[in-house]
Amino acid sequence: MATRLPGTDVVIVGLGAAGGVAALPLAEAGLDVVGLEAGSRLTRRDFAPDEIRNNVRAWPFAVQKCANEVPTLRRTRSDTAVQRGGHPMMNGVGGTTLHYWAQSWRLNPWDFRVIAETTQRYGASRIPDGSTVEDWPFGYEELEPYYDRVEHEIGVSGQAGNIDGHRDPRGNPFEGPRKRDYPMPALRWTGFLDKMADSARSLGWQPFPGPAAINSRAYQGRSACMYHGFCNKGGCHVDAKNSPAVTTIPRAEATGRLNVVTHAHVRQIETDNQGKVTGVTYLQGREEFFQPARFVLVASYTYENARLLLLSKSRAFPLGLSNNHAQVGRHYFSHHQGAGVTALFPYDLHAWYGLPAQGVAIDDWADDNFDHSGLDFIGGGNLWVYSDRRPITAASMSTFGRAPTWGSAWKAFVKENADRTNSAYIQKTTLPYETNYLDLDPIVTDPVGDSVIRITAEYKQNELAIADFLQAKMERWYREAGAIEVIRGGLGGQMGVTTHAYGGTRMGDNPETNVVNRYGLSHEVPNLGILGASVMGTSGARNPTLTVQALAWRTAEHLANNWRSIVE
Amino acid sequence: MTDQKRPQLISRRALLRRAGAASAAAAAGTAGVPEVAAFPMETAETTPAPTSETPQTTSPVGGHAAYEHLTAEEAELLEAIADQLIPADEVGPGALAAGAVVYIDRSLGGALADARDAYRGGLAAFDRYCRSSRGAPFRELSHVDQVSALIDVETGAATGAGTGFAGSSAAFFGMVRSHVLQGTFGDPYYGGNRDFVGWDLIKYPGVRTSVWPRLQTQLEAGDLAPNHRSAYDSENFEKAVVRATSRGTSHGD
Repeated sequence: MATRLPGTDVVIVGLGAAGGVAALPLAEAGLDVVGLEAGSRLTRRDFAPDEIRNNVRAWPFAVQKCANEVPTLRRTRSDTAVQRGGHPMMNGVGGTTLHYWAQSWRLNPWDFRVIAETTQRYGASRIPDGSTVEDWPFGYEELEPYYDRVEHEIGVSGQAGNIDGHRDPRGNPFEGPRKRDYPMPALRWTGFLDKMADSARSLGWQPFPGPAAINSRAYQGRSACMYHGFCNKGGCHVDAKNSPAVTTIPRAEATGRLNVVTHAHVRQIETDNQGKVTGVTYLQGREEFFQPARFVLVASYTYENARLLLLSKSRAFPLGLSNNHAQVGRHYFSHHQGAGVTALFPYDLHAWYGLPAQGVAIDDWADDNFDHSGLDFIGGGNLWVYSDRRPITAASMSTFGRAPTWGSAWKAFVKENADRTNSAYIQKTTLPYETNYLDLDPIVTDPVGDSVIRITAEYKQNELAIADFLQAKMERWYREAGAIEVIRGGLGGQMGVTTHAYGGTRMGDNPETNVVNRYGLSHEVPNLGILGASVMGTSGARNPTLTVQALAWRTAEHLANNWRSIVE
Repeated sequence: MTDQKRPQLISRRALLRRAGAASAAAAAGTAGVPEVAAFPMETAETTPAPTSETPQTTSPVGGHAAYEHLTAEEAELLEAIADQLIPADEVGPGALAAGAVVYIDRSLGGALADARDAYRGGLAAFDRYCRSSRGAPFRELSHVDQVSALIDVETGAATGAGTGFAGSSAAFFGMVRSHVLQGTFGDPYYGGNRDFVGWDLIKYPGVRTSVWPRLQTQLEAGDLAPNHRSAYDSENFEKAVVRATSRGTSHGD
């Protein structure tokens, strides 16, 4: 029997990138917030520069709750779903932002209007067959103030390319107009990144430094980045990575309105007979608690958001919470970031220090920034070259067919080339399709008996065509900088379990095809909100986190401003 | 002080920290919430072997008493394999001098415990394969025969014929190679990369906690000497033990 706890205004399920940000405007508005987090609190002392622990043994993922509920995977509904590998996300106060790469992009305006823009420029026939993509219920301009707010609240470094229509050639020429500059200048470049930027310019492209939620100088009393090289799957030892764990969550706690509960494994959102939610039930160790709340904000990851709703069946919602239109789990897609390109250079790149968010970006081949008239796809990709190398990874490099993979000849090869390789991953427009979706696995459960999510998804022709097109661009860029070998990865097939997972609780005005409304509140449940990339209907060609955080701030602000009408 | 003495210093401090972390976890356990350590799965599953992964304090090379989990026969064979994968040669010391097998041995008592059976079975199968296909144990084969036997294992050609590799011999080879790389190029805290021979081989300038612009400039000018430090030379970091988990269930529906 669950222990009934004192009630609260808002309970947030998950204190990661989204919930950890939303807590602040709620608490500052005077609402009492309980933040339930499955993981623990970590500090800078937990973030050793240790490749074996962080990368080889995947320390961030070896965490109990996530590891116990890895989704099963299959390409199509006629395939067998298999659970393999680990879960890519982390439990902990701050969630995966504790160790993420912290690239903090705004989506470009096109990403909000894929259908309208494509139809206007090329005709409606260019929307790929079987895609369920919709335009967002609002445009970039609506989200701009929230992007701006979050960039300043958590701290984002970068180079503006368009302030109120005034172009700056040092920044992204394709970004939507921003109200003001980033609060911090971009992270520094290395000699190799300078060279890559020069090579891009000689191709007629427009290189610029990518934005990062990492301090390029001291900010809000926290240190500047130390570029020590262990940022990739490592937490920051000087708190320069601007996770909510060191930014919005402590500030929300300082208001006295946020109560953080760790090791809370939420199993169920409870519903009354009128179809309103009443709170959540969670396990802490072996003890069960019921946390009553006037409003429930689901802010776990894309997989867990859909899973928690589907597991929360009730008389009012027999197919799962907020699922009377059978849209929970639909419009799922994982960002196509594969199909990478790896190059070998005849000179040292000096990449031992630095971080994956320190790099040079090219947006010339993203979104609709180039003419697609003669092409067989819509959208594109962002090219990203960054500085990231550690010794075991370096020694495990491809030998590009120039040496065997062990023995003296191999040893001579890695001695010469360990610091001479670079890999680019290319984030590509990825669309939702009718046949790609999440549901509950009919067989596999976690240790407490709750079904895990089953992913049925594969990349379609549009994504594969973008991958092929962008790989050629990337190879050209590397060759321009003097690469002597270039290897292209496979174009992609099955959509794996990923850190860039979207959809499943899509946002839109039409309740027949979307789970939440334009403010992130459920169409079917008046006092339920959902945060995370699960509400996003398009991916753009860049990392989702800043958009997730801007949407989270917007939902929280809407909730606070309309509290009485929403909960009463 | 010489750099060569650092690993011993690390191990002593690390052991003290480990003891501290264990008692902190135990204290937290009394708060009514079981397993509240940061990484419950790891503490629950890996701490029972108290000597697992503690850095060595005695030389492993030439004295097999240092091995804790591999048998003497297994260790000898694994050393011979490692010596072929990353040999000592004119380019520099190899996996043996780095203590890569010590790394594997220590890890088999901790993070790589799940691989213990794969080593036991794979090494025995490899021994049988060398005897049946080359007429002698691996260590008695000529250099050329050692290389060709390993190529058979690497390519999966040693599979079958009663050798008893579980699955393809290529999987066993891939596992050993990746662990030898970890033991040669990983942080010395874990028992390998002795005297930083692996990092020196690939010219890794070392673990640092701050890299100011001037230091990057020095690196790019070729003026940055390796600092030969382990992550845990710094007193700033706790050690969290991680156990690699292997999951994999398949079903139809």
